Amino acid sequence: MELTMAGALNAALRDSMREDDSVIVYGEDVGTLGGVFRITDGLQAEMGSDRCFDTPVAESGIAGTAIGMAMYGLRPVVEMQFDGFSYPALNQVISHVAKYRNRTRGRVGLPMVIRIPYGGGIGAVEHHSESPEAYYSHTAGLTVVSPGTPADAYALLRASIAFDDPVIFLEPKRRYWLKEDLDLPVSAPPIGEAVVRRAGATATVIAYGPMVTTAMEAATRAADESGWDLEVVDVRTLSPVDMDTLVASATKTGRALVVHEAARFVGYGAEIAAELSERAFGYLAAPVLRVTGFDVPYPSAKIERHFLPDADRILDAVARLLEY
Amino acid sequence: MSVDVSSAASGPSSFPALSRASWQDVAAEGALAAAQSHDVDLSSEQLRSLYRLMALGRRVDRQAINLTRQGALGVFASSHGQEAAQVGAVFALEADDWIFPTYRETVGTFARGVDVVELLALFSGSWHSGFDPYRYRVAPLTTPLATQALHAVGLAMAARIKHDPIVALTFFGDGAASEGDAHEALNMAAVYAAPVVFVVQNNGYAISVPYRLQTKASSIALRAAGVGMPGIRVDGNDVVSVYGAVRTAVDRARRGEGPTLIEAITYRLEPHTTADDASRYRDDDEAAEWRARDPVEGFLRVLREGGVVDDAFLAEVEAEGEATAARMRDFLFDAPAGDPCEMFDHVYATPTAQLETQRALLGNELRRAEES
Repeated sequence: MELTMAGALNAALRDSMREDDSVIVYGEDVGTLGGVFRITDGLQAEMGSDRCFDTPVAESGIAGTAIGMAMYGLRPVVEMQFDGFSYPALNQVISHVAKYRNRTRGRVGLPMVIRIPYGGGIGAVEHHSESPEAYYSHTAGLTVVSPGTPADAYALLRASIAFDDPVIFLEPKRRYWLKEDLDLPVSAPPIGEAVVRRAGATATVIAYGPMVTTAMEAATRAADESGWDLEVVDVRTLSPVDMDTLVASATKTGRALVVHEAARFVGYGAEIAAELSERAFGYLAAPVLRVTGFDVPYPSAKIERHFLPDADRILDAVARLLEY
Repeated sequence: MSVDVSSAASGPSSFPALSRASWQDVAAEGALAAAQSHDVDLSSEQLRSLYRLMALGRRVDRQAINLTRQGALGVFASSHGQEAAQVGAVFALEADDWIFPTYRETVGTFARGVDVVELLALFSGSWHSGFDPYRYRVAPLTTPLATQALHAVGLAMAARIKHDPIVALTFFGDGAASEGDAHEALNMAAVYAAPVVFVVQNNGYAISVPYRLQTKASSIALRAAGVGMPGIRVDGNDVVSVYGAVRTAVDRARRGEGPTLIEAITYRLEPHTTADDASRYRDDDEAAEWRARDPVEGFLRVLREGGVVDDAFLAEVEAEGEATAARMRDFLFDAPAGDPCEMFDHVYATPTAQLETQRALLGNELRRAEES
């Protein structure tokens, strides 16, 4: 069955709710409307308004109440309508969602998922194209997941809902309409494992979320245009990151770059580059490069394509890797 | 032509004339009704229990301050003067109900039955929260202001979804009432008719900032009207009134009739914490006035006059207080720091490879330090 990423996410929510009565879904416009991206479409009609409901416009309230619900044995899956509107909830996320298990010396874990559509590329207005993954990945106690394919969207969301710790689930909104042939329920490697999407020998391209598609496109073009055989690794779980898989790939190819939409400075790629240089230094023929957005506030829609990394920017970086 | 703007929520209104505007004013202030008296059903036994918990709480509080001066606690936020507000509120709950306290509700959580040594872990530095929330149905003492109010609302919503007839009571202060989370909690509780009781102890100060600089409203209880829930303002130094008001709210919540906001007017007789110097922002005349209205002494006077307590009972309470204080000294002085490597144990249900690497690193540092 051909399914979009949005459809796969919707199916994952529905299947999780059918399987486990403790799973409930709430957020802004997720009930009657089915969410602004329709990810929760039909859930209220099927599950009832006790298990899928709309909230007042209060993101801290959404995250904060989910904590109390998780304490009381439910598995709340809440939606932040857009990345840029997840910031009012950061105090709850950093001070409590991430820390509750530790604060209580392991007595109170919080099985909850915060879904956040993130990233740019859809011609949105200001504050609707943010890439906040570094904030969450920097926070101890959070598990940060971002799927790059419809199959992973389904499998990783199911796994996140069943997870015993809070998960920040970052959905690449520009890939909501990406299609894949899927037989549900599709299985995939668990949370915490990266996968090699394309095996190659020339260099390693490390990507996640929206950039997985871009990296694959770059690899196809590299093979056609330059004869380069790129290996593409999909990180999938940003924290805790599966460094072993990344190190193994970089060790094999001897050249690696990390690509993300988010700004470069103190970005997620900086951590990966640093870790690779510590653990694979002797095997690397070139420094690990970062292919990223620029260190500017996300630009307006008409020029956003010049901000976003694309296959050309990735291939330029591969060429630089090969100059060493 | 008059336009009923109040219909805006339910449908469009007709368009007024071009040169004539129309609106409705909200009556400013004055929304608090005159105080009314209510019968409170408390047996002599219960009245004695209330006094006992307040007196013990005061002894715990004094011992905690002394232990801080002696270095056994890093810091302590005293409840001195707020015993009636905390004990009266907690006493109105059933055993299955939940409490979501701030760092200042040590007397209220002690009254709930939380072990005093576990309770003070936050201040002794042995762990952030030393007690098991599920055992006592008390959430950890929380320092980011008003954040715990949302947890109370969520837990109450979950209980409602599961058809469990329990109530969540959350405390916060006049300062925390200015936080966005306080508003979001009140609003969401009202929207979902969540079984929550909000008890705001208005003790006059947010560290150094007095109430008049916190809000221009004459009462925090008035905010109840803004979110569509019942509000109550009560003398927080009168334990029977606090109990009666909270019990009314608890009963209402348990019946499925939604949340209540209760403002208990009280006074923080001690500085914000042991690290604070109240003389920099208030003069002692003000505190002296409130000391004259001491909630523990005042209640004892009434109990004596009513013949509810006798010397033997008071001696028992005093002895229990001394035993509790001795236990605090025994277990909080020179309490072991524990294994530093435990800092890795509770970050995730299953430790990550990254944390195992760091645990090994710290383990090596500790071994090296031991050897040298």
